[in-house]
Amino acid sequence: MDTHASMTNLPDSAEAHADAPHAEEHAHPTWSTYWKVALILALITVSEVWAYYIPSFVAGRAFIPTLLFLSGLKFAIVVMFYMHLKYDHRIFRVLFTGPLLVAAITLIGLMFLFGHLFIKIM
Amino acid sequence: MSASATPVSAPAPHHYTALGIDSRKIAIWAFIGSECMLFVSLISTYLIYKGRSIVGPFPHETWTDPATGRVLKPILNIPVTSASTFVLLMSSLFMVLALAAVQNKEKPKQTRGERILGNSKLWLWMTAMAGTTFLGFQAFEFTSFVHEGLTIRTNLFGSSFFTLTGFHGAHVTAGVLWLVTLLAIDYRRGLGSRDSLLVDIAALYWHFVDVIWIVIFTLVYLIK
Repeated sequence: MDTHASMTNLPDSAEAHADAPHAEEHAHPTWSTYWKVALILALITVSEVWAYYIPSFVAGRAFIPTLLFLSGLKFAIVVMFYMHLKYDHRIFRVLFTGPLLVAAITLIGLMFLFGHLFIKIM
Repeated sequence: MSASATPVSAPAPHHYTALGIDSRKIAIWAFIGSECMLFVSLISTYLIYKGRSIVGPFPHETWTDPATGRVLKPILNIPVTSASTFVLLMSSLFMVLALAAVQNKEKPKQTRGERILGNSKLWLWMTAMAGTTFLGFQAFEFTSFVHEGLTIRTNLFGSSFFTLTGFHGAHVTAGVLWLVTLLAIDYRRGLGSRDSLLVDIAALYWHFVDVIWIVIFTLVYLIK
């Protein structure tokens, strides 16, 4: 994807942040990248719903991992491209992924605690 | 600072941290981090109670009321929710186009396409309308659930479902109100590239609401 592109606001943002010498930000994606990302998100959503209507797939072992993977993929795409986490200062990544990691560990811990997840021992 | 006291193109006062980052942007990311905790607690509650309701209606299974003999079909309406999910996903596209339009406001627009893409009012309107449409879908869903006998007090599924999706809907409502205030500013004095941080912060909130729905849609609606 053409991320560092012509239609960004480099001159304006450079001026606006002239008194911010340490800011570590890269140019945001172009309009065409945004449209492509939207198309990818729509296609993933269609495939998720499609999978939901295939009884043999729903009954299989791959159904839940596939849906979780697709959901995680959409989550990551929105966060990286629309929320610009891929391009902005890394402190934002820390501020977001830190609490997200704690939240995810809490969720998984609770699932084990309340018997929704199991670990087979021997 | 009131709008009347501020010249049209005056830059907003900067609040930079030692890293050279505007502290308002740090604040919104910290807020989003805390919101992750909130929504994970609600999602955890939903998942813990999933499948533990004694009485129906149930999300994915048919249930017959032993007292009345009434058969209740699975209550979740996947086609309607898929449509609302698509609308919310597209609202994220409109939001990011609104931000790009504000950032590129001062750039000359040569073609008709560039003028459309550079129209911040259009994209802010589209985002607010998409958000309102999503809320309309949610209102329809909640109303139909109540008509089919599922309220927040019916069973564990109803309690956790309405709490989780209701909190999300409240966040979407706040986002729509935020967008309306941006639109009001845009109509009043015009949003320019110097206001891009204001729109960027609103956009981050809006995209966060979208990513939370991505998770809810999969965990609540699609996974049986």
